[in-house]
Amino acid sequence: MSDQTQNPGLIDLAPTSAQKFTTRLLPLILFAAVLLIIPLLGPSRTAYSLLNAIGINIVFALSYNMLLGQTGLLSFGHAVYFGLGAYAAMHGMNAIEAASFDGGTWALMPVFALPVLGFAGGALAGAVIGWPSCRNAGVPFAMISLGIAELIAAAGFMFVSIFGGEEGISADRMNGIEAFGLSLGPISEVYWFIVFWTLIGVVGMYAFTRTPLGKMGQAVRDNPERVQFVGYDPQRVRYLVFIASGGFAGLAGGMSAVNYEIITPESLSLLPSGFVLLMAYIGGIRYFAGPLLGAIVLTWMQSNLSDFSEAWLLYLGLMFIAIVMYAPGGLFGMVLGFARGIIQPDAAPRLTRWGALSAAAMVTFAGVILLTEVAVSRTSGHVFAPGGLPLPPSSPLSWALGLALLIGGGWAIRHLSQRFAS
Amino acid sequence: MTTALSLREVRKDFGPAKIIQGVSLEIAQGERHAIIGPNGAGKSTLFNLISGLYRPTAGDIRLRGQSIAGIRPYRINRMGLSRSFQVSNIFSNMSVRENVRCGVLWSMGQGYSFWRNIGNLKLVQEKTAHILDSVGLIDKADSPAALLPYADQRTLEIAITIAGGADVILLDEPTAGMSHSETDRAIALIQKATAGKTLLIVEHDMGVVFGLSDRISVLVYGEIIATGAPEEIRGDPRVKEAYLGDEAELPEAVA
Repeated sequence: MSDQTQNPGLIDLAPTSAQKFTTRLLPLILFAAVLLIIPLLGPSRTAYSLLNAIGINIVFALSYNMLLGQTGLLSFGHAVYFGLGAYAAMHGMNAIEAASFDGGTWALMPVFALPVLGFAGGALAGAVIGWPSCRNAGVPFAMISLGIAELIAAAGFMFVSIFGGEEGISADRMNGIEAFGLSLGPISEVYWFIVFWTLIGVVGMYAFTRTPLGKMGQAVRDNPERVQFVGYDPQRVRYLVFIASGGFAGLAGGMSAVNYEIITPESLSLLPSGFVLLMAYIGGIRYFAGPLLGAIVLTWMQSNLSDFSEAWLLYLGLMFIAIVMYAPGGLFGMVLGFARGIIQPDAAPRLTRWGALSAAAMVTFAGVILLTEVAVSRTSGHVFAPGGLPLPPSSPLSWALGLALLIGGGWAIRHLSQRFAS
Repeated sequence: MTTALSLREVRKDFGPAKIIQGVSLEIAQGERHAIIGPNGAGKSTLFNLISGLYRPTAGDIRLRGQSIAGIRPYRINRMGLSRSFQVSNIFSNMSVRENVRCGVLWSMGQGYSFWRNIGNLKLVQEKTAHILDSVGLIDKADSPAALLPYADQRTLEIAITIAGGADVILLDEPTAGMSHSETDRAIALIQKATAGKTLLIVEHDMGVVFGLSDRISVLVYGEIIATGAPEEIRGDPRVKEAYLGDEAELPEAVA
């Protein structure tokens, strides 16, 4: 280089430590603080089991986004690594129980540490399956992941001694050494186990995005051809990220094994593989925290809305389609956009605009819900009565009201967006 | 004189189409060599062969005496040969700084490491800042690469190419689509960034070619019809006939 007279040491492009703190450390501290404060509020057993499910899904969804958002790999079979990790942990749990009677090396392993075994199981599965499937990105990768998910799930039902057949395998978590004085009996103690491993998973996966390998993963996502001309093999980058992602999915599987004490071949199948895609995408795959938010929202919906309505999966599908079409940044992107909208100057007219548009969107969505619920009540026989107003499917009024909301809301969205555009 | 890059009877067929038909070329260490030729002559194919994107159908390519024909691009890059692209080929969702850093990482021995925090790699940061500074993109270091103006994207393309410290640099039409003043700045940048290195450049702008190169090769229909110093090429009747066509064009472009 010709200009060695310049002192490169004078140029510091790295963010200041204050910036690092607010953008990296502070959100994490807040997240950890929330997790620590929750038990002080005295949550019910139901709340605890929801929180535990959320923790597991946070790790699972973030591990999925290591592939999709960070490296550009669309997988339809990520539950394979979650499930195999869970099976590894489950067999470990049974070995610990056996060792607590007969002795042996497994007696030295606390149940609390089983997610490590899950990580190893998921990473090993990633290393084996990723070898042929990471040669290509794009459609071949997606298709192979789908095929492998089918194959492993089918194998799960066939090899009963390993996977336990349809009823799966179960174990008892209250055996062996107690780590941190936790017996892991009551669900409130399992909560601390989930908090510990959720934080490990979140910090570990965030740190991964900041490593040379993580950065090259993003480069492979953007432009695999160019990566070859800066000295990196894109195939190798994909493969290594795939192993790490499988490991963290396995970690979530290990958490699930300890939390539920049962695992079935069902959990290896396409259904949970699709659900993790939804969690990551709806949350926002462009942001590290997107899938975290998606996991919280979708797990909550899964456990609450399913009691409330038979059609909740339909709403989930609509939400997914709406986000793919209108908000590719996902829920997290919307939250960020909203926060920026408040901070930036001239907030008032912008907020009015958003308020009007959201109101119109909500009216439209109310129409969709009304029509759907009335239609569902035709077969279920359970009359839909929002706010005490019965809307029987036999009455034309019910349908008219739904259509009116749908059409009125749709018209308002169209009208408003045209007006604001001009 | 040591040879940096040598091509011997290199051929490339795509099915029945013979795109490169026996190209032989010796480029000395530190030489600035331009390849010119009409559209479709095979200039970009030649670059793709040298940089490893294509495997030659026949013939041999040597980098400092070592055969690189048919070797994967990333291995050739690690041996010290780097190239740019005719259309900007950058990491579009990353910032300018991250783009250049991607070019720096391998040469700084970072490999595929997943146990180091990239923010703590002082030497990597310094080298990245140094390169950004030398190409004049330091003020735009944190801009998203996709939002850069066209000329700046071309500059970034060159910055990524030189970031790894390769000593054989291939530039594929670095000034294509630039205005006069942008072209002048690009030439100055190329001269500075490739000082002491071996440069192979494909270029359409005759002003750039004659101003920058020590020697010129003329590629027509996959064959080199002439190689020589700029004056020789300018006076070569075959070149005038095959490529330059309009004789009035040349002195004007050089002036």
